[in-house]
Amino acid sequence: MTTDNKVMTSGGWTSRFLAGNTGPVMIVTLLIGVIWYAGAIYMNAPWQIDKFERAKIDWTVGNLIEETLKQDRPILPAPHQILVEMNKTIFGKKITSKRSLVFHTWVTLSSTLLGFTIGTLLGCLLAVGIVHMAALEKSLMPWVISSQTIPILAIAPMVIVVLGAIGLKGLIPKAIISTYLCFFPVTIGMVKGLRSPNLLQMDLIRTYSASNWQTFWMLRFPSSIPFLFASLKVAIAASLVGAIVGEMPTGAQAGLGARLLAGSYYGQTIQIWSALITAATVAAVMVSLVGLTEKLTLKHMGMRR
Amino acid sequence: MSETAKTDVVNCKGLSLTFETADGPVNALSDINLQISHGEFVSFIGPSGCGKTTLLRTIADLEKSTGGSITVHGGSPEQARLNREYGYVFQASALYPWRTIEQNVALPLEIMGLAKTERTARVAKNLELVDLLGFDKKFPWQLSGGMQQRVSIARALCLEPELLLMDEPFGALDEIVRDHLNEQLLRLWDKTDKTVVFVTHSIPEAVFLSTRIVVMSPRPGRIIDVIESGLPKDRTLDIRESQEFLDVAHRVREGLRAGHSYDN
Repeated sequence: MTTDNKVMTSGGWTSRFLAGNTGPVMIVTLLIGVIWYAGAIYMNAPWQIDKFERAKIDWTVGNLIEETLKQDRPILPAPHQILVEMNKTIFGKKITSKRSLVFHTWVTLSSTLLGFTIGTLLGCLLAVGIVHMAALEKSLMPWVISSQTIPILAIAPMVIVVLGAIGLKGLIPKAIISTYLCFFPVTIGMVKGLRSPNLLQMDLIRTYSASNWQTFWMLRFPSSIPFLFASLKVAIAASLVGAIVGEMPTGAQAGLGARLLAGSYYGQTIQIWSALITAATVAAVMVSLVGLTEKLTLKHMGMRR
Repeated sequence: MSETAKTDVVNCKGLSLTFETADGPVNALSDINLQISHGEFVSFIGPSGCGKTTLLRTIADLEKSTGGSITVHGGSPEQARLNREYGYVFQASALYPWRTIEQNVALPLEIMGLAKTERTARVAKNLELVDLLGFDKKFPWQLSGGMQQRVSIARALCLEPELLLMDEPFGALDEIVRDHLNEQLLRLWDKTDKTVVFVTHSIPEAVFLSTRIVVMSPRPGRIIDVIESGLPKDRTLDIRESQEFLDVAHRVREGLRAGHSYDN
């Protein structure tokens, strides 16, 4: 948007188109679309040809292309099939219905947000401890890092089973898996952020003989805000992944993860893809909401961007 | 010593400071003997590495001496820091970017736990002193470098300290702004009856501002000459053309040169 003025003077509409934001985005989208359709035709063709030949139908390339984009259970569904399915399950069903994608998205989103909140608090708490106590850095940091080397797919079922055994079902276990994934970027970012004040800023507050508590609230914490937001963007996306993974071993009750699993049981590729696209959209919206909050916060704090 | 302790703002006796580094010990300060009395304007001048900033930081308890003794207002530097007995102005303004000018100046007062009305009054008074009334709601990045440095002076003055420690506060500014701020600082010192300890590497600045100039030399950081300047208290920038001024400047230059010859 800011480039508009510059671009106006630089000549023809093609260069104007390419210099803005819309042009490149449209071209990339178009390119992905073309590749996707080509892939869908190519991957779904063998089954279609087989079908034609068994039914002893004379087929042309035109027929073939048309039919490969209309299959019920294609190997790779075409984009328009996914959009039709999404339209049907998002807008075409009551949101309380188990067939509504809105219902499933809400189930996933609620545990994502709960996990994100707990994870952020936990991450900040660990960072504060690590920054203020050298012993904690030595004793905690290896655990924090090794926690992330274990595949979440291996841990998720155990968490679900163990918590299920003590009577915790549904939201909480999933939120804990989200927490597990999202406290890490927050810890790392906040440790860096709380240590970001420069020597001069630290010396200054020392000359006022500020307490540790004052140094934290008046210097360390405000300095860490840009780092916090960078971490939150990663954390919220990771939190969604955690919630989806957490829904898979629960016996496919509800949520986007359950939709994915059910879809794969019954070969409902269109259903899988629409759940995937919905999850990606939710992630994009959440990340941009964090981005927007970041912009407003930093502007309010006078930290120009 | 106990009789003089009351008027002595700073008293160093055989003070030394050795940094332990990976390449072995570095003598940042060696056998410093210096007495600064109330109301003086003392400058430390010397080439980089001569320990002038280290000496100032030792007075402020930002560094710990490793030998000899040092007192500030008769007590230890640590006590002076804990009692907030001095205001420190750094080479850069060290303003906190998320605080407005007003909030930056009020920072030490918030830490002291002063009431809001008292804070507002003191901030306004000190912003006026550095000629920055009307900028209170701006953020640091909206001000020029010279204005930012004036804010940091207002912030140091806000504590109403008797002792002002200034570490090359105008080093990063251009000549014209620097001249202007030098004049303002001199007015301020004249008006407020403070003791100022000032670090610089500019001879004209040191001579123009000081009642006493401490010439220092590196490796090891030490004092090689202390020059009394008899310039009148109400001097203006014009005094720099006068013979008295040039004589003092000449002595400082000679001292600096003598310090250097030890190296070669």
